[in-house]
Amino acid sequence: MDWVYDLFPKLHAAIEGWLRSILPPSIESAGVYIVMGVLSAFLLINVPLILVMVLIYMERRLLGRFQHRLGPNRVGWQGTLQVIADGIKLLTKEDIIPANVDRWVYNLAPVLFAIPVLLVFAVVPFGEEIYLTDLNIGILYIVALTATSTIFVFMAGWASNNKYSLIGAMRSVAQLISYEVPLVLSIVGVVLVVGSLSMREIVDKQSIPFILLQPLGFLVFIVAVSAELNRSPFDLLEAESELVTGYHIEYSGMKFGMFYLVEYIAGLAYSAVITTLFLGGWKGPILPQYVWFVAKVLLVFAVLIWIRATLPRVRIDQIMGFAWKFLFPLALINIFITALEVLLWPEGFPAWLVVVNLGVALGLLVVMQVLFRFPGATRHVVPQALVGRG
Amino acid sequence: MLKDFGYIGIFLLFAIAIPAGMLLLSWALTFVRVRPRKPNPVKYTTYECGMQTIGGSWIQFNFRYYLYALLFVVFDIETVFLYPWAVYFKQLKLFGFIEMLVFILILLVAFVYAWKKKALEWS
Repeated sequence: MDWVYDLFPKLHAAIEGWLRSILPPSIESAGVYIVMGVLSAFLLINVPLILVMVLIYMERRLLGRFQHRLGPNRVGWQGTLQVIADGIKLLTKEDIIPANVDRWVYNLAPVLFAIPVLLVFAVVPFGEEIYLTDLNIGILYIVALTATSTIFVFMAGWASNNKYSLIGAMRSVAQLISYEVPLVLSIVGVVLVVGSLSMREIVDKQSIPFILLQPLGFLVFIVAVSAELNRSPFDLLEAESELVTGYHIEYSGMKFGMFYLVEYIAGLAYSAVITTLFLGGWKGPILPQYVWFVAKVLLVFAVLIWIRATLPRVRIDQIMGFAWKFLFPLALINIFITALEVLLWPEGFPAWLVVVNLGVALGLLVVMQVLFRFPGATRHVVPQALVGRG
Repeated sequence: MLKDFGYIGIFLLFAIAIPAGMLLLSWALTFVRVRPRKPNPVKYTTYECGMQTIGGSWIQFNFRYYLYALLFVVFDIETVFLYPWAVYFKQLKLFGFIEMLVFILILLVAFVYAWKKKALEWS
């Protein structure tokens, strides 16, 4: 059973050796580079597309159980083929393009929306030697890519020429850019400890998972992530009761399917980032590294589903206030606490620091919770000023 | 280094091909009569919960969003400075710490000003 552990590196070496034996020397290095690149890229692009089916099935089943119902259980064994059935249904649906839309932008938005999210997986390390590339700016690359999704959401909302979709897109942009700041700041803590932006090195340095050394950073990050993913409790832009679905209201058939799919691929991407940054990535005993990685990713996504199932949707002023007045100061404080600790122990942290950090995080959360109050938060009526605002 | 980015270039081709291919496949299904196409002027009107659409949507919008965009620009640029600082922090030591403290404090003045001016409130 030993071959299971280093399956992918062995496969890589075998194909590379075979290529070197058949290619003429003049184009050997270039040929090997391109063929290996295409093969690895093809293998890699299938990972999010297959895992996303697992995630959608998982979300629908778990959400069903959380809400005391069964969830999909008719198509295939226990409803496992439901996702494929939905995919085929969406693929064969009539394509309705409303007469007033900006056709180019309208049709391009779903395609462009998918590209950066898929590109994230290029630097995700599934194991010590299982990754497409190990960029030295890994995490910065991911931050830069995921930030662009704001533009495509707005493209979709604006091009639809629909009031609901425009309001949804506007809200979405405001929310995405507000949560971008704490999201990016909470990563800085990890970078400080590691001293590198490379995803592989971040995992390498985690003898203690950073969720324990950086509990505050982790909390800020996971809250910001669920806001970036537009999931409950931050799914205001697709508030069904007021905006119907937000920015993709005018999309139908496969174009709608694209938005739906990309939302889950983004969920997968962010779960992978959380796993890499805070949960020790591929590290774990006995099982092969990639199994550990996928298991941790699914666990993180299960937590995101749990959050979604538990918390009710919040108001827009609460969302924006929460990002700027609660998460932003916390993320800054986290950076300076971490910097101080790195200054004191530059060679690596002692284990008891875990307890201190957890205590500090808890204390800060309590303090912020007391300080952080909304005007009218204790009243049980809707303030008149908020009625009818977009 | 360039080789690493070359892999991303190859991966980008796949990342473009997958979503574009899905939409093209869906479009191609129209011609083999799997996907229906029944045009109807009412069907192509803008959705507005069944009411008749009043006016366009490309109109002036709430000023509130603009403030958030401004704040975002200020504080996101701050993070651009934070990343290289974080990477080289172990070499910069105390000097780097104080340097960044001063930088953040200056920005915090702006943050407190925005807070006091109620730029962070929604209404």
